[in-house]
Amino acid sequence: MLTSKSFYRKTKGGNIYKVVREHYLRDDIWCGSEACRKCGRRKQEILLDEENPGAKSTLFAMPHYLVLDTNIVLNQIDILDENILCNVIVPQTTLNEVRHRSSNVYKKLKEIINDPHRKFYIFINEHHKDTYIERKHGEIINDRNDRALRIVTHWYNTHLSKQKIDIKVILVTDDHENKSKAEKLGIPVVTMVEYVNSLENAGFLIDKLSKKSYILDGDARAPLFPCHLSPSQIHDGIKSATLIQGTFLASRENFLEGSVNCESIEKFILIQGRESLNRAIDGDTVAVELFSEDQWSAPSEVILIDEAEDDPGDVIDDENILAENKKIPTVEKTPTGRIVGIIRRKWRQYCGILQRSALKDNTHHLFMPAERKIPKVRIESKQAETLCTQRIIVAIDSWPRHSRYPLGHFVRALGTIGDKDTENEVLLLEHDVPHSRFSDEVLSFLPKLPWTITDSDVNQRTDLRSLEICSVDPPGCTDIDDALHCRELPNGNLEVGVHIADVSHFIRPGTALDREAASRARTVYLVDTRIDMVPELLSSDLCSLKSKEERFAFSCIWEVDHNANIITTEFFKSIILSRASLTYEEAQLRIDDERQNDDLTKSLRSLNNLAKKLKKMRLDKGALVLASPEVRFHVDSETHDPIDIEAKKVLETNSMVEEFMLLANISVAKKILMEFPECSMLRRHPEPPQVNFDPLIKAGRHQGFEINTSSGMELAKSLEAAQKKDNPYFNTMLKIVATRCMMQAVYFTSGMLQEPEFFHYGLACPIYTHFTSPIRRYADIIVHRLLAVSIGADATYSELLDKKKSHALCHNLNYRNRMAQYSTLFQLFFRNKVQLEDGYILFVRKNALQILIPKFGLEGTLYLSKKGEVPEVNFIFDAEKHIQQYGDIIFRPFDQVTVQLSLDRSNIQHEKLIFKLVKPVIPGFSIPYDSESIVTSGYSDKNTKDSPIEVMDISEAPKRKNINTPVNQKPVQLSKGKRKRKKKY
Amino acid sequence: MESEFDINQGGLRADGRRPLELRRIRMRLGVFTQADGSAYVEQGKTKILATVYGPHQPRGKAISSSTKDVKGIVNCQYSSAVFSFGAAERKKKPRGDRKSQEASQQLRHAMEAIINLELFARSQIDIFVEILQMDGSEFCVAVNAATLALIDAGISIKDYAIGCSITVSDSLLGEDDDGQCTEILDANWVEECCPSVTLSIVALPKVVDETETKSSVILTHGSGQRLHLSKLEPLRIKALQGCKDIRTIIDEAVKNHLEIFSIATALDK
Repeated sequence: MLTSKSFYRKTKGGNIYKVVREHYLRDDIWCGSEACRKCGRRKQEILLDEENPGAKSTLFAMPHYLVLDTNIVLNQIDILDENILCNVIVPQTTLNEVRHRSSNVYKKLKEIINDPHRKFYIFINEHHKDTYIERKHGEIINDRNDRALRIVTHWYNTHLSKQKIDIKVILVTDDHENKSKAEKLGIPVVTMVEYVNSLENAGFLIDKLSKKSYILDGDARAPLFPCHLSPSQIHDGIKSATLIQGTFLASRENFLEGSVNCESIEKFILIQGRESLNRAIDGDTVAVELFSEDQWSAPSEVILIDEAEDDPGDVIDDENILAENKKIPTVEKTPTGRIVGIIRRKWRQYCGILQRSALKDNTHHLFMPAERKIPKVRIESKQAETLCTQRIIVAIDSWPRHSRYPLGHFVRALGTIGDKDTENEVLLLEHDVPHSRFSDEVLSFLPKLPWTITDSDVNQRTDLRSLEICSVDPPGCTDIDDALHCRELPNGNLEVGVHIADVSHFIRPGTALDREAASRARTVYLVDTRIDMVPELLSSDLCSLKSKEERFAFSCIWEVDHNANIITTEFFKSIILSRASLTYEEAQLRIDDERQNDDLTKSLRSLNNLAKKLKKMRLDKGALVLASPEVRFHVDSETHDPIDIEAKKVLETNSMVEEFMLLANISVAKKILMEFPECSMLRRHPEPPQVNFDPLIKAGRHQGFEINTSSGMELAKSLEAAQKKDNPYFNTMLKIVATRCMMQAVYFTSGMLQEPEFFHYGLACPIYTHFTSPIRRYADIIVHRLLAVSIGADATYSELLDKKKSHALCHNLNYRNRMAQYSTLFQLFFRNKVQLEDGYILFVRKNALQILIPKFGLEGTLYLSKKGEVPEVNFIFDAEKHIQQYGDIIFRPFDQVTVQLSLDRSNIQHEKLIFKLVKPVIPGFSIPYDSESIVTSGYSDKNTKDSPIEVMDISEAPKRKNINTPVNQKPVQLSKGKRKRKKKY
Repeated sequence: MESEFDINQGGLRADGRRPLELRRIRMRLGVFTQADGSAYVEQGKTKILATVYGPHQPRGKAISSSTKDVKGIVNCQYSSAVFSFGAAERKKKPRGDRKSQEASQQLRHAMEAIINLELFARSQIDIFVEILQMDGSEFCVAVNAATLALIDAGISIKDYAIGCSITVSDSLLGEDDDGQCTEILDANWVEECCPSVTLSIVALPKVVDETETKSSVILTHGSGQRLHLSKLEPLRIKALQGCKDIRTIIDEAVKNHLEIFSIATALDK
């Protein structure tokens, strides 16, 4: 049967045109019930059971199926996520609506549907001849869809009862109008709340019901927040330029402050005060009204955390803190505004802990998210007793005008607070790192064991098994993806080879394995584990270029002269036999030990010499040497508890490997761009805007150095020049600050940008990509495929050549990279010890100092004054010079201090790392120097093995994003080939 | 990322078809009395009118060539009406642009392949194809319409020349049985727009049936992205199946038409 759909569509230009499409109706769409004898079974689809398993409902005693309305899926997805609900019909209408409304929920729903045990059946009602309905004249689309759902339910009921099958089909909806209309037609209908309440043994589900309404103690009070504008008002406002659209970013340091990042305005718009924030939550797309210029303000220098221990009720009290800063120098004023409407919420599920209500038997509790940028959430739960010692996940449902906090519901518990697995889980969830086990489907694409090299493999590849190849990696590394060799050619030149694991040989495009790797995007290294991108069989065995094993590689061979000038470059697939897997240290020893003169050592020596020349050439061109505090963990081999943290040592061999990886990446980038000018995957590092450098220039000036940031080369020069004899760490500190000024390096598709934009600022090279770590980065796999095609070793597929798809992939890779960086950087384990450490002041704030402990690469806050306390010692803050003064003691950025680190365990749920000042001594403020509390960093005590590890709350972790300097202060991964190499110990 | 199974449509295409299903085909022969032969074909929303004039005495520049003495000359014109695009835009030039010229050429090749040109020495056959409404696979439908117009004109042909398009779509679809595939037959305009490959294949299905040789495909015309050679063969097989299906439909219609036509002429007498 055929019908045609016609509708009107508005183009971007505002033109309206008519679209007519064919719409075929079919008679071969199956109802999906196992009991049904009428519909022809097409294939092994998900069957709806004949008998109804799972929960019994008191409302419906007979077996029944549920038909879901869109609002149920959107709001009650956490209930649907529970295994209790089975035998559910999801009409196509609902599915389509969900997809348009929320991609997050859609993704979850898809997961549920794909689980065959859940028995969620998609009914393609829009193409079924009996359930398709036309939109009536004057009917709005929502009403039409609701009607379609009623028709579906009705059809199912008649369809089944005609065959005398005793199964009821029930429409579940939270929409009152839909419900009453269905009741009129005699269609069984129920709301989710009614249904869940009627279930037996499902009391815990009630906690998960979405909360929309809220009454705490009488609602006679005036609302706390102004109304949000309606979508059409916002639309008009944005069109007439009275409102500005942007992304809201909450401040990590001050919960009453945030900023909005707008495309139309260069600077961030500052939002201050609860009323101006108007219920926006970090990440939301909001509409902002800009104040007139005389009302502009500057970001406060106060660090403020919502510390309310108990639900304070809906009162607003702490506004006055902000009101303090009256006089603001006009120079520092930034555009300020208030949020008048929310365009799109970006709510997700949040990890955190339950803050129990002081009253016993009270079911209303506050939830404290681990992420400081997120406000506390009110939830309702009867299980508070058990939940208060656990890390839990909560979803936000709504934020009514008269509620101080948003309302949410409990989703699930992760485990006991302080348990290492729980904490890891929190980290991974908070940073959206996919970490579930590889599914069986994914594993089915792995090569069958025992894996052997066949003759045809040998024929297709160049045999390099005779070469003296070795790999150099950090100790304990099992996923070795690069190996090197160097030998002298008869003509006196040198042949240098970089051999990269040939992962693309094992991961074929389009397989589930490939999709999984693409979605994971990279391997994430945690303190004691790593979350692999590809299954272990590949990452640690078949792909890993282990010593004494024949492995497939993608080789890049250069002929270079002794001054490291490249004469020829060649790429091919090969078979190699690595002679040795060395650590950086071992390689260094071999190079330094003059008695060793075997081929391998010679080859390492010439590689090292070449690397030095390459590095010099690179630095001369203006490449930056930047620093970030990098730490490595010593982990107890038995318990996997971290014993000690130490900053990473850099050896000559580190830089040797790095140089050749850079060289390989650049060579490959040139090659693939030549072959695929439209769809190459490259990596670029944009030059930061000059305003980003302000903190660096300021910091330099305080110490008497002029930092020139006009170009990368100038910056590199002036950074090198800024050395202080009395403070050897000063230069590194300055480099850390410089790193914070940088933009994020990103992957992109060559067809989406102009050639000059390909530039990599940090490396100072016009074009760059990632080729050398395919085991732990997905981008490298794509680059491998592109390169393989360009040398004729492999076939293309349409996604590889589609620049739009490739662009979308880049987007995902960049996102995962960003998240993974946070998770590796933010995680720090701390023992329950009081420790004295030397630190440096990184930033000076109005009421605090931010201190960097170089030994741990740890950043923390030292409060100079606390809210509500009358400080004995009054520091004077000079906002112009960024100094804090007390008497003749002055704190400037980069000054050295000694601090005491301890863990505040006063609140067992929320442990904090406390910094206390030891030196310089300030009577009444600093704490006395106590020699007994010093613990050396070599500390390793087996007795403490069973004592629980103290976990630093992640919210206390280094602050990467800083609202006071509205720049992109994310840590930059400056494409150092070896940066993220914390391996499993 | 490779194509994912789109649960939203339950393996159906956006318009409700399965991947290897054709659109509804409707046709009429002899819609014009002035022309020697004419046909109107609808395939989904693609609507095409074809007319045939001839065989007649060669006109214009075509006469000069010497080989034309032995064989007849086929002259094709492929054009799209200015209104054929739909409301969104107007086609600027109905014919004569590169695309139409190429289509005219290919149409001529297809027609030369089926007409028994030896029978029409020193004469010319004109075939005019006009696209009235575009909704994907126009060239293939144009070939079908031209074939029908030839039949209506009573010009002797060896076999039907049947066009069918095959597109590699970007989503995985469920087939009739239980396999899943990404190839779709007879794409409409929306499906053709997805960034991928569309092959227009013109075949002589009868010959395919009998000999199963590659030569039976007389024309392929690809558009879109690069297609790896290894993927061509499976596409060809699927497209040929589509051609056969179309032939069955067209054959039915022709027989039907002739029956009515013969009754009408019998009544006239």
